[in-house]
Parts: sequence; structure tokens; C-alpha cells
Amino acid sequence: MAEVLLDNVTRRFGGIAAVRELSLHIGDGEFVVLLGPTGAGKTTTLRLVAGLERADAGRILIGGHDVTRLEPAARDVAFVFQQYSLYPHLSVFDNLAFPLRSPARRLPEPEVRERVTRTAELLRISSKLDSKATRLSGGEMQRVAIGRALVRQPAIFLMDEPLSSLDAKLRAELRIELKRIHEVLGATILYVTHDQIEAMTMANRIGVLREGELVQIGSAQHIYEEPSNLYVATRLGSPPINLLPAGVLPVPDAPAGTRTIGVRSEHLRIGKANGAAVQGVVTRIEHLGDQNHLHLTVADHRLVTLIEAHADLAVGERVDLALARPLCFDAAGVRLGGS
Amino acid sequence: MSGRTGAHSVVEPSPLTRRIAGALVICYALIAIVPLLWIFVTGFKTPPDSIAYPPKMMFTPSLEGYVNLFTTRSRQSPEYMASLPPAETWYDRLARSRNMVIAGPSKYGQRFVNSLVVAFGSTILAVSLGTLTAYAFSRFRVPLADDLMFFILSTRMMPPIAVAIPIYLMYRSLGLSDTWLGMILLYTAVNVSLAVWLMKGFIDEIPREYEEAALIDGYTRLQAFYKVVLPQAATGIAATAIFCLIFAWNEYAFAALLTSGNAQTAPPFIPTIIGEGGLDWPAVAAGASLFLLPIVVFTVILRKHLLRGITFGAVRK
Repeated sequence: MAEVLLDNVTRRFGGIAAVRELSLHIGDGEFVVLLGPTGAGKTTTLRLVAGLERADAGRILIGGHDVTRLEPAARDVAFVFQQYSLYPHLSVFDNLAFPLRSPARRLPEPEVRERVTRTAELLRISSKLDSKATRLSGGEMQRVAIGRALVRQPAIFLMDEPLSSLDAKLRAELRIELKRIHEVLGATILYVTHDQIEAMTMANRIGVLREGELVQIGSAQHIYEEPSNLYVATRLGSPPINLLPAGVLPVPDAPAGTRTIGVRSEHLRIGKANGAAVQGVVTRIEHLGDQNHLHLTVADHRLVTLIEAHADLAVGERVDLALARPLCFDAAGVRLGGS
Repeated sequence: MSGRTGAHSVVEPSPLTRRIAGALVICYALIAIVPLLWIFVTGFKTPPDSIAYPPKMMFTPSLEGYVNLFTTRSRQSPEYMASLPPAETWYDRLARSRNMVIAGPSKYGQRFVNSLVVAFGSTILAVSLGTLTAYAFSRFRVPLADDLMFFILSTRMMPPIAVAIPIYLMYRSLGLSDTWLGMILLYTAVNVSLAVWLMKGFIDEIPREYEEAALIDGYTRLQAFYKVVLPQAATGIAATAIFCLIFAWNEYAFAALLTSGNAQTAPPFIPTIIGEGGLDWPAVAAGASLFLLPIVVFTVILRKHLLRGITFGAVRK
């Protein structure tokens, strides 16, 4: 395991910068998640660290060594691809052994056998070792793909949306599994996803990317509670943060220059109509089982918020609304009054 | 499901269409197989039976065609025949029943070996070159790639025999006429464009992620090609090899033009097997029957690879 440093890295495709002057430090044993929509440069960043792409500018250091110009094989990184991850002509055992038998390592066969067996146990795929890679279910395939990274004990694990092709139940299982592996092995992991739940639950730190630039990086709680701008604020939270022009709802001591108010469920106080200054109308209640999504209209603006499942509200009912410490943004979308 | 009669899935063929398709396939198979059967049966007729009119459907099978194919014989006087010690083998007896003695082996075996060497040699060469070229076109940024691919294809746009005269002259001055090397190079040149185009299609379908995974796993590009790309291109390589082999194996015109004594392949040789008073049809038929065998064997060996789908399921799209 080792720390990894990206220093002002830029990568252009044609005229477009997929990654622009990106600087990122990943500590030894840290789990960093890069979050962003498609095309934000997440995958390119991973491929730059892996050596599958060459940086046009900037440096990449792994464990203190400059690897910017090195071939992938010489970088000692492991990559879990989103798909196409297993060699279809090999058995599960041979897939897991493939990196260990490479010319770069060429471990003695007994050690290969031992490491593969140990990894298979960790991932609970021991019974599948003799199967063809093509005979596995989606979850098993992805486990083997993760296993192929784990057998190596590389400097850093690079994971490119490894759970995105799985169904929800498996995704939840493997999420916990990955976190467990991270804790057991103390692995350094750079993980890319557009799934905020994966980011929130697994990351030590989350980096939010937009158009090739790192907008903000910090702990999940920090990114959620103290987003530096509107873009970051809309990345996290379910239901998504509600954005209202300033003035629709009264904000006690709003900073000067506030143009947009970001309202999450926890910022909103809802009460039975009792003559408050601002009232909203319930337009829809979505039942999710343990919780409900409450849709409101306030002066032609729509709000979606979480309420408990048995809240005594009906469609068409008027409710009192008040805000408690919402997020305030200026005209450029930059957050005001943050700590 | 509705109770309507005749209701069926839109993707599954109905029993009727299945039956029609089956009947068409059987008809085609019969039409295709009759000439082969005719040749095969003629190989077991005696020379008089083989040219009988109307053709004999029922006849006493004889191995005379095969004996004649592999031997040269000379006719002898009855006195000489009587003076010989008793025949030791079944083929000696067969020859003597026609007042002949076997003088030695024919050239068929040697021509057959020539065919094997030339056809398999050129196939291996064409498929190897084609696979490497296709890989380069598929994975690297080659300047003018589309134009080059078209140029490669354009070499097949005229019938190869159109350049027979220049090739004949060129081969004569280079000393390549009537040599294994000359024929291997010639068939490779004809086949390589087909091999490049076929293999390009197959390699394009192999996701790059496999190679990238191998690169990260500690392999060089060449090792990744060898360890990961080749096994997955096996299907394409098998199909391409069969196409190349069939062309090289069956090629007649260039073989007739450029080979004679040393490197003559079987196709120009077989129709020249002369018996007494004209062509020895049973021997010709026997030669043609045996000539089919290598292609049949090769196809049977590779048929597993010809069925697409051995890599299905590993590719998650």
C-alpha cells in the first residue's frame, strides 16, 4: 500500500480537456471516492493513475515515485473495470492467478495457489474456483474481478464503478464487502461512482468532479453539510436538495447577497396550518414504506421533502412552513456563510 | 396465454416454418451431396462399369480404382503372366486379373504431399499475417487506416488469374516456378487480404478492456496479445483458416500453370490419370475422394470454434 499524489494533471482528448489541472492526494490506506456525472472525468482520472492514459501535463506519484511516464505494468496498481472484467477463456482460478503469473511478478506456483485460495475465501467464491469465468452470475463475476485486484496487494486499488452493473441487493452486499476488505487489508483505494450512496457509505473522503475539475473534496459529512457551491449541493441528498429563489421562504439572518436557498428535508419545519407567515399546499404524497416523499407547492415553487410514514397529512391540505439553517448561495452559485 | 389456436411467440419459429426450413435444408443437402456421392461411388467401380451407359446403379464394388491411383502398371503377354510366381498380395492379384503387373508407385502420394505442404503452409502464413495486421488496424492509430484497408481489399477485386502471365514471367526469372515456396507465397498473397478483413472484424469485437486488464496485471502488449487476444480470437482464426485452406487446397489454374514436375499439387494431377484407352475414371474418382478428406478432417476438428458463442456470457454490455 502506498500514498498516491496527482499534481496538476491534465489530459486532453482532441481539444477538450477531460481532466484539467487536477491535484489530489490519496493517503496511505485511505478510501477516496470520486463522484460526478458521466463525462466529469472520473474514469479518465483512474486511467491516468493506472497508466492506460498518458498525462499531457502534470505529474503522478505513487509511493513517492514519479510514475508519469511508466507503463501500466510497472506502476503496481490494480484496476477493477466496470465491465468485461474477466478473461472468458480462463477458469476462475486462472483468472485470479493471472496477475501473479505475469512476467512482472512470476510468483512460484505454490504461492500463487495459496494467495488465490486465500483471496477466494475472503470473497466467498472458493466453491467457484474451477468454474469457467463465463459460468458465473453477475455478482460472482464482479467478486472475481475484485479478487483479481486483491491477490496482488498493489500500491493502490483503482475501481471504476465496479458495482454499477449489479442489482440493488447485490450492490448493497458488495458495498459492505468492499468496506470490510478495505478495513481488513488497510488498502489504498481510489473509487469512481455516480452513486451517492456508494460514495457516502464507503469513502473516507469524497471528491466531487465537474467537467474535469475537482470542485470540492472532504469527508462525506462535510460535503453533505458544507457544500462549497450549488453543483456540489445537488450531488448529494435524497430526495435531491430543493433550490428556491431567496425570499420565497423567510430565512433568519441570511447572509447579504443570497440569491438561492438550498433546502434539504432537515432544513424544513412543517406544521399544521396555524396562521404562519408562509404556507404550502400538499400536492402529492409518495409512500416509500418506512418514509414518505411529501411534494409541496409554495408560491408556484415545488418542494420535495421526507416525512415520516404516518404523518397526518392529506393532499390539498395547507401546512405552515419554516426554515432552520438552510444553505445560502450567491448569484454565482457559491455558498455563503459556510464554515 | 390466450386460447387462440396458432398463437405462438414472435421470436420462436412456428412448427410449420420449422418444417419448411427443414425441407429446404434437406433438398439443398441432397443436391449438394449427389455429385460427391457419385464421385465416391465411381471410385469403387471397375473401369467398364464406370463408363457403362445407362449408368450402373448396382455393381460389384472393386478397389481397382484405388490400386490404379497409387500404382503404375504394365501390360504383359499371357505367356509372361503364366511364368510369374503366384501373386503375393491382393493388389497384385487385382492387377494380374487384367493381365498387368505393378511396376511401381504412382505420383499421387507425392502430389498429395505437395498439396498438404502448399495449402497448410500458405494458410498458416496468411492467417498469421492477417491476424497481426488486423490487430494493428484495430488497436493502433494507423495513418490513412481506411485507405490502407481499402487498398488491401482491392487486391481481391480482380480474379487472381488475370495476372497469371506477369506472375509466370516473374516466377520464372526468380526461380520460384514449380517450388513449394513459390506456391506458398502465391496463395498467401491471394488469401492475406481476406484474412486481414475477416480478422479485423473478429478483433474489433474483442473489448479492449481485456488487454488493458492484462497490461495492468503486469503483461507487455505483446504478451497481452498472445495471452488474452489470441485465445479469444480463436473462433475467428478457425473460420479464417478454413476459408484460406479451402482456397489454397482447391486452386487449380495457378497450380496447372506454375507447377509440373516437383511441386505439382493434386488438383492439376488428378484429371491426368490416364488408363488404357483414355482417362481412368475410377482412379480419377478415387483420387478426388481422397482429396476431399483433409478439408473434411480440418473442418471437423475446428467445428467447435466455428460455432460462435463460446465467449458469450463473459461479455457484459
